[in-house]
Amino acid sequence: MILDGKCPSGPIETSWDRARFENKLVNPSNKRKYKILCVGTGLAGGAAAASLGELGYSVHAFCYQDSARRAHSIAAQGGINAAKNYPNDGDSIYRLFYDTVKGGDFRAREADVWRLAQVSNNIIDQCVAQGVPFARDYAGYLDNRSFGGAQVSRTFYARGQTGQQLLLGAYSALSRQIKAGTVKLFPRREMLDLVVVDGEAKGITVRNLCNGEIESHWGDAVIIASGGYVNVFYLSTNAMGCSVTAQWRAAKKGAYFANPCFTQIHPTCIPQHGEHQSKLTLMSESLRNDGRCWVPKKAENCEKPAGEIAEDDRDYYLERKYPSFGNLAPRDIASRAAKEQCDDERGVGPGKRGVYLDFEDSINRLGEGTIAGRYGNLFEMYEKITDENGYKQPMRIYPAPHYAMGGLWVDYNCMSNIPGLFVLGEANFSVHGANRLGASALMQGLADGYFVIPYTIAGYLAQTKPGAVTTDAPEFKESAESVKGEMDKLLSINGTKSPSALHRKLGSLMWENVGMARSEESLKDALAKIPAIRDEFWSDLKVVGSGEVFNNQLEQAWRLADFLEFAEVLCHDALNREESCGGHFRTEHQTDDGEAMRDDENFCYAAAWEFKGAGNTPELHKEPLKFENVKLAVRSYK
Amino acid sequence: MKLTLHVWRQNGPDEEGRLETYDAPAVSPDQSFLEMLDDINEVLVTEGKDTIAFDHDCREGICGMCSQVIDGVPHGGMDRTTVCQLHMRVFNDGDEVFIEPWKAKAFPIVKDLVVDRGALDTIIQAGGYTSCHTGGVADGNALPIGNPTAEYAMDAAECIGCGACVASCPNSSAMLFTGAKVAQLAVLPQGEVEAKRRVNMMLEAGKELGLGNCTNHYECQASCPKGVDVKFIAKLNREYIKALL
Amino acid sequence: MAIFQSSAAEITIFRSSVGRKIIMAVTGVMLMAFVCVHLLGNSTVFFGAGAINAYAEHLHSLGPLVWVFRLAMLGLFAVHIIFGIQLTLENSAATPEKNVQIKRLRTGFAAQTMIVSGLVLLAFVVYHLLHFTVQVPGMGVYEFNEATHMTNVFIMVASGFKQVFTVLLYVVGMIFLALHLSHGFQSFFQTLGLNNDRSLPLFGAISKVFGVVILFGYISIPLLIIFGLVK
Repeated sequence: MILDGKCPSGPIETSWDRARFENKLVNPSNKRKYKILCVGTGLAGGAAAASLGELGYSVHAFCYQDSARRAHSIAAQGGINAAKNYPNDGDSIYRLFYDTVKGGDFRAREADVWRLAQVSNNIIDQCVAQGVPFARDYAGYLDNRSFGGAQVSRTFYARGQTGQQLLLGAYSALSRQIKAGTVKLFPRREMLDLVVVDGEAKGITVRNLCNGEIESHWGDAVIIASGGYVNVFYLSTNAMGCSVTAQWRAAKKGAYFANPCFTQIHPTCIPQHGEHQSKLTLMSESLRNDGRCWVPKKAENCEKPAGEIAEDDRDYYLERKYPSFGNLAPRDIASRAAKEQCDDERGVGPGKRGVYLDFEDSINRLGEGTIAGRYGNLFEMYEKITDENGYKQPMRIYPAPHYAMGGLWVDYNCMSNIPGLFVLGEANFSVHGANRLGASALMQGLADGYFVIPYTIAGYLAQTKPGAVTTDAPEFKESAESVKGEMDKLLSINGTKSPSALHRKLGSLMWENVGMARSEESLKDALAKIPAIRDEFWSDLKVVGSGEVFNNQLEQAWRLADFLEFAEVLCHDALNREESCGGHFRTEHQTDDGEAMRDDENFCYAAAWEFKGAGNTPELHKEPLKFENVKLAVRSYK
Repeated sequence: MKLTLHVWRQNGPDEEGRLETYDAPAVSPDQSFLEMLDDINEVLVTEGKDTIAFDHDCREGICGMCSQVIDGVPHGGMDRTTVCQLHMRVFNDGDEVFIEPWKAKAFPIVKDLVVDRGALDTIIQAGGYTSCHTGGVADGNALPIGNPTAEYAMDAAECIGCGACVASCPNSSAMLFTGAKVAQLAVLPQGEVEAKRRVNMMLEAGKELGLGNCTNHYECQASCPKGVDVKFIAKLNREYIKALL
Repeated sequence: MAIFQSSAAEITIFRSSVGRKIIMAVTGVMLMAFVCVHLLGNSTVFFGAGAINAYAEHLHSLGPLVWVFRLAMLGLFAVHIIFGIQLTLENSAATPEKNVQIKRLRTGFAAQTMIVSGLVLLAFVVYHLLHFTVQVPGMGVYEFNEATHMTNVFIMVASGFKQVFTVLLYVVGMIFLALHLSHGFQSFFQTLGLNNDRSLPLFGAISKVFGVVILFGYISIPLLIIFGLVK
């Protein structure tokens, strides 16, 4: 099937303004009659719930954490982009739009990206009004920095904790609405089913993680803003609780999953130290502004301390391969280059999966004080985790899964193919294409939550009768029963493997075969092995404890069950996409010197997959992508 | 290295709790504290025993979910370190380690080391915000805010809402948590407008929740994983007096 | 909006956590001022019987003003005690169950025992008033001077502090006073918001010195008397 993204036609500069005008409105006095369910309270979900509550809708918000303030948006360090052009360095909405489309390797919708760039400026104003303590210069004006290789300074930041401060801003707006009674918060709830009545999303089934109760909630519309799925690789920079579950439950009810193979691997993470590691820690990409990446030229030198390796025996591989961008090459390229060196047996550190990030030259040039002033907190964090002093010896870094560009398919109104189901932030697929630029994730989450969904959801609600479907509908009972059945099944397998042991197994398979570089062979291998792990899961899993109390093990097992189905779809998508673009690198499709080769002729589309049951090939639906404002071109960083 | 753990086990809020002893026979110094507990839980799973429940999420020291009193100190007493960032190399072979939950009337125990910190959300809901509307706000640069003021607000805003201040306080007082938010918003022109109402409402919420009163022990700052300063409690008091006059 | 305003109005200083803390601080600092003035007055004893008796007569001559002052002090004292007990009870109710292991990182003995030192001081003040103000017969040597219509204060004090037990009582009382003040003095600045990260350690140090000065100031009187250095 060919999908229609319902993008406004005509000049892009006025597309969002026209769409807003053409959208239907809900009468102010009717708004309170509509109930909206919002799953996830991060930047997108929290901002959406707060804004919709403020408009007068009755909002019920759900999160798996104990508080809305803990969503993983909080961990973003670097900053948030906006086209304010405060530094007078040539930025504009058009340039932000252009950079984002190009950075995404031409796999995003132009109209969505334009809207994002346009509302980016409102976000900064909104956050300032909320009391977000952005960095300021001595005249009292907002400070900007250049980030992620951008050629203008458009990134706003709050120390190394921009995500935290923005989330706390959204959380405070949400708290205000909770106090006002327009939003009701349900913390420690996991969404385990989407209830679809007559083809429209009308509710969810959740589990109360404290007492195990299965609850049904009805709504006139459902918003999923549950973040990304890169924990499918087990080790990632995501929080332990991040999962595909909410998205996947919607997918199992018919929502299409778009571009799941577009996953971002972040180059500057602290390498793995042992078998039983639970997560990888990211250090801000800004480190590459002053650090030089290298590995020993000869494999036999890898065991030696870095200081004993002569200058001539070091391979500054990024500077060698990309002379003009050097150490500042974009994330996908820097990550892949690090992997290449390690595959060539020239990695350093335990397990030889690491490369050096060396500050010696910068320290000699600028002094240790300057470097400490710029990155002090990162050096501290590095030392806390590795017990090594980054000033005295080079840091070791290795790429780690970090962000999912793919997600549930949505149209221009952020509505999925199931009417009434809206998907926001990282959970949808819309604006980052095949690669996300630095400082754009925060921008998208807040844009969707504050400035997109309040308009677009009205278009759907205006044509539905409020409260027409409640939990009295038989679909709710069926859903609750099937969820209970699943829980009983998980608890009764009584095998020998812990959920984390099986998750590690899936993760290492995915990382090896579907990680930074993919080939037909590796993908087919993964597709052959995933069902075996899934069988092992359903026959040999051991979940201790009961379903009636707080049970970490059960939560983990349940999330893994969904990853085990979703992983297959990810592999199918990667196998189908016979080109290399952005975060998706197929080894068959590269130039002689190892650069990605995009195939615009055959793959200039968003691939939206319809789940057809575990083990079955999902059905592909295509949404062709048109580029009328940014000319398709090869990304080159040579 | 080998450790002996004494872990608080409690099945539910109304159940009796007790310390139980577990052996950790093979702890790697590079592991984080939570990874060490993961290993203990893996063993419990193979033995078919109920695992130790504990809160955790980001495991990089920013979400504020992790919450354990280790050897009598919330987060274990390493300077500016959450439990998830505490690494086993600070322990010695043969150590006995006590692991207990946050304990305060306002933080009922959910299970084992997991507590309900909804009280902190309630305090924010009472007034920890500016009442600005989505959209319709002034340009971000409309009101200049001096760099020192912005830095002061950011120092206060570092709070991750973990509740260690309450757990470490002999009185279970949440004044550092409350003070940090009151101070952050009071110094910014956007928040100053509502400063008087905010301080009163947030303090009243804390009282209603059964949190204790501050008697200037300063334990909160010492155990705060972000090192939030007690000067913000002084600021809170100042704001209260301003509101009073 | 109206809801917020009306409920904010109901939050009186006597209910608010910080409000009562401020009451504690203000009454506390007034009591501290009294402690200082009292010490200065008492130190007249070092100049002999004439000096302290003259000082006592001077106070006596103020007539009803003395009673106004006494009642005010009593009021302050009562408020300080009542709120102190109330806050302490609330604080222990806020922590019904404690951890098995508790390690404090920064607070000290004095801060943790304010209620104990406070109650000891209450007992001490009752004893002290009975001994030197009410002059319960049998508690000391009270020689009535017909001319001044007053007890001879020097004899009363000097004879009292010739007894080891009484001296011990006073020394112990003053140690508790010193403990109480060493936390209380710096607490005042923090509670009234007259504090920041730089002043806090300074006030902390001054507070300790203050406690020690008060301690030695007060105990020097009974000690010098019992060792016969004041005659």
